[in-house]
Order: sequence, then structure tokens, then C-alpha cells
Amino acid sequence: MNTGSARTPKLGVQAASKVYTTASGDLLALDRCSLDVHANEIVSIVGPSGCGKTTLLWSMSGLHRLTSGAILLDGKEVTGPRPEIGIVFQEANLLPWRNLDANINFPFEIKGEKPDRAWIAHLLHRVGLDGFGGKFPRELSGGMQQRAAIVRALALKPSVLLMDEPFGALDSFTREEMNRLVEEIWLDTKTTIVFITHSIEEAIFLSDRVVVLTARPGRVAKVYDVPFPRPRSLEIMATKEVFDLTNRIKMDIVGERRPKAQEQLEHKSAEIVRIRP
Amino acid sequence: MSGGDAIPEFSKAKSGDGQDVSLTNLSAFAGGPGVKSGAEVAAILVVAVVIIGGIELALRIFHVPQYIMPPPSAIVYALFDEFPLIAPHLGYTLVELFSGFAIGAVVGLLMAAVITQFPFAEKIVAPYILILVTTPMLALVPLLILRFGFGYTPRIIAVALAAGPMVMINAATGFRRVDSAKIALARSYGASTLQIFWKIRAPMALPMILVGLMIGAIFGLLTAVGAEMVGGGFGLGNRLTSYSSMIQMPQFFAVVLILSTLGILIYVLFFLIGKKWASWEA
Ligand SMILES: Nc1ncnc2c1ncn2[C@@H]1O[C@H](COP(=O)(O)OP(=O)(O)O)[C@@H](O)[C@H]1O
Ligand SMILES: [Mg+2]
Repeated sequence: MNTGSARTPKLGVQAASKVYTTASGDLLALDRCSLDVHANEIVSIVGPSGCGKTTLLWSMSGLHRLTSGAILLDGKEVTGPRPEIGIVFQEANLLPWRNLDANINFPFEIKGEKPDRAWIAHLLHRVGLDGFGGKFPRELSGGMQQRAAIVRALALKPSVLLMDEPFGALDSFTREEMNRLVEEIWLDTKTTIVFITHSIEEAIFLSDRVVVLTARPGRVAKVYDVPFPRPRSLEIMATKEVFDLTNRIKMDIVGERRPKAQEQLEHKSAEIVRIRP
Repeated sequence: MSGGDAIPEFSKAKSGDGQDVSLTNLSAFAGGPGVKSGAEVAAILVVAVVIIGGIELALRIFHVPQYIMPPPSAIVYALFDEFPLIAPHLGYTLVELFSGFAIGAVVGLLMAAVITQFPFAEKIVAPYILILVTTPMLALVPLLILRFGFGYTPRIIAVALAAGPMVMINAATGFRRVDSAKIALARSYGASTLQIFWKIRAPMALPMILVGLMIGAIFGLLTAVGAEMVGGGFGLGNRLTSYSSMIQMPQFFAVVLILSTLGILIYVLFFLIGKKWASWEA
């Protein structure tokens, strides 16, 4: 996919800014974020809650319009939802009135296309959901729902998969299982993945690079390379290198937040002082 | 800092999801699981036999005259004996109920679907809808009779006016339950506004729509019968006034029995539809 000397990123984020207009005034959620995601890469985005991760991901998917800046897919600007981009939402986001089969057929129904039965059966088998097609979401565990959501997102064979804290609501064992599943799927398909999480461990396990965002407004604070070979065993994850990297990322986020909290505290006490006669 | 490497969550405002509603939220439906076990059914039947038998016995022992309260056996006898005479009136009431309800439900559903798409229009219309909901449409029947005569028309209009607003406010509550993540999901596949309506908004609203239809149908039945009591010579409501003026109490209660059966049938019908099509939310 190398066209020319400079590699065109699969997904390019160029000085992306997003302002939400709310009743209580404008809110800057993203501030000039720039980031290149290359083909077949897994990039994780970590950052404190409310720092604009979902905003960034929805913008990448074309669901949100940026206030300024641009999103480029294969060098072409994304101005609306694109079939090459699959999304796994923060909660599994299955439609509760449809059984699993009907949920996975949903994208095809919207597009008026015939579902690719063999591919879907392969995916369902891959995530260990064969035989569950007739079940409704409420009959499935959180992990199973999220696996179904992954199948739905992959059913249209997207070249980019955007995942928004997909396992945030799962217990840690299920989460590790799901992480291995994502790794397997990636080894299988080499789909470019942008993975949002607030778990640093998850980010390091999965990614080629970890992007750290600042607290609101979200800016790219740092980008770390994660040079460990795949599949990543428990032994690799227990090495000192991983431990050090985890701590450095943690310091980035905490160190950034602590002065801010201090500032707020001082601001508050100043107010209290002022009220006194 | 607590253990683990997760970034602690600060105040995380959970947005989106409309509150859960379902048929089972209605107190009428809240009587536990729909399917009753054999023992429960038997117990209910035993209670019925005891109550009905007890009433029968008490009325006979104390020689209560029939014009005050006829015994259950006399009511059942009158029901079968008088049924050929009552049947056309039942048919008349059912025609009013079905036509009025159909008109009211269609208009109510359409208005709910359209109005919830335009929050501004909804704000303007809301007080008028409230007036329609709270005004007993029976009060309009004498006026409607003056204008439209004694036939079906005034009563069908009254039934539609009673059922429509009930359907509308409940359906509107359903359509207002926007779940931005589900709509985003549809949009991510390039869904049109119409597709989003039919594949996301309508199914999400269905449980509330069914509640509205059920309440609307029962209000329609009440209004139909009430309207027949006000004037005209036909319908179950007319039978009630006629039998009571002739002090034919067994026949009177036979009609009451038919009316409660109709009400229960309406309830059961929508309950079953809800179980089949909207049970995902229960
Ligand atoms: N539709 C919206 N309207 C107004 N403010 C929003 C909207 N979506 C998100 N925000 C605000 O923007 C900020 C970033 O939100 P989000 O992208 O969801 O953060 P994250 O996913 O990192 O938790 C938050 O302060 C949030 O309250
Ligand atoms: Mg988020």
C-alpha cells in the first residue's frame, strides 16, 4: 500500500478540534489532536474519563463533524459514516428486540445487502458464539454481548475497526479473555484497530502504539511504542519493560491531573474565605 | 492511589438511555408473571366458586328481592335466555368501539410519531393534548348527537376522541426515548431518517405504544357504553338503561357481565401481544 516514498497513513487525524455547544456555553472537548494510524496497526488511546476519547473516535468514524481539522481515510477526507470503518461501541449496543442473528444482520438490512453467511458463521465460530444465533441480548452475559458486537462490526469486513472502551464494563478475567480474542482476530485479519480504553494494561497488551491524551480538552500528550512481539504471552506482560512502561504512562496521566486537582481545591478554599464577613 | 492500573473514573455522566418502560410497569400488569401455574389457577377458581356460591347462598338465605340484587344463578340464566335479544346490541357496541378505536389509534399514533420529531411543536401542542386527555368525552355526546343524529356517528367520534389522546400521549413517551448510541449505530451504516424511525425508534417505542393502545381501547369501551346511555335506542349502554328502568335486574347484570368480559378480553389481547412482541424489555 506504499504509494510513493512517504507512507499514506490508513487513518489520519489532522489537528482535530471539537467544540460542543451546550446550554451552559461552549465546551472544548478536543484541542488540535493529530495522530496517524498506519495500516495493520493497533493503536490504543488512553486518557482520563471525559477527556474526549469517545468524541475523537466518533469523529474518526464520521459520526461527528469536527469543529476544525480533518480525518483522512487512505488520504481522503471522512465527512460521514463510511462502510470501510467498523465501530464497536462503549456498551455492546445490541438491539434488545432482535436476537443475535438479527442483530448481526442489521448492517446488511440497512445497506440492503445480502449477508455473507459463510463469513458470519466463521466469525461466530471464531468468538465462540456458534449456536447462540437465536438468543436475545438479555439472555447473554456481558462478554458474549460484546463478542456479538465485534462480530457485527466485522461482518461488513471493514478495513479499520474503531473500538470505544469495549470491555470497560467487564470483570477483569473476562476482559483478559476478550483481549486475547482481539489479538487473535488481529493475527487473523490484520485489520487496522483504534482501541480506546482507560486500562493501561489492556492498551499495552494490545497495541503497537499507545497514545496518551490530556484531561479535557483532549490533546495528544505522548505517544509510546510498544515493541513486544505477538502473540503476547503472560511472561512478556510480566517483564520489567512492561512494568516500567505501565508506570510511565500512569505518571503521565496522574502527574497531569494532580496539579489541576490542587488548583481546584485552592480555588474552593479561596471562595470559602471570601464568604466570611 | 488504589491498586491496578486503571485510570480512576471521575464523575461520569451516563447519558442517553431512556428510562426503562414496559407493559409490566402498569400496575394492572404488575401482578406477577403472566403464566400462572396449575395450582395458582386452581386456587383462583376455588376462590371464585367460594365467593359466587357464598353470594348465591346469602341472597337466598336472607330473601333479598331480585330487584335489589339477583343471585348469580339468575344472572347466568338471564344471560343465556336473553342473549339472542342482547346480541345485536353487543354487535352495535363492538362496531362503535372498533371503528372509533381504529380512527383514534391511527390518528394518535401518527400525531405522536410526527410531533416527537419536532420538540418545538410538541411544546406548543402539549397543553391542548392535556385538555383532550382530561376532558371526559362523554360530556360532548349530547352535543354530538344534536349535530350528527342518533346513529353510529356521534358515538364513533366520541370513542375516537377518548381513545386517540390516550394512544398519543403514551406513544409519544415511547418515541421520545432516544438512545443516541443506537441511532449512531444505525447512522454508522448509512441509515436514512426513515430507516432510523422504523428500525430503531419504532421498536423502542413499541412497549409504550401497546400500553397506549390498551388504555385507549378500555377508555373507548367506557365511552361507547356511556354514550349509548345518553341517547339513542341501541347498544349495550342502551340495554343497561332500558333493563334498569324496567327493573329487570338479572338481565341488567347479564349485560354488566358481558361488559366486564369485553374489558378483560381487551386487556388479555394486549397483554399477549406485548408478551409476543415487546417482551425483550420485561
Ligand atoms: N453531545 C455532547 N454534547 C455536549 N457535551 C458533550 C457531548 N458529548 C460529550 N460531551 C462532553 O465532552 C467531553 C468529552 O466527552 P467524551 O468524548 O465522551 O469523553 P471520554 O470518552 O474520554 O470519557 C465531556 O466533558 C463530555 O461531557
Ligand atoms: Mg467515552
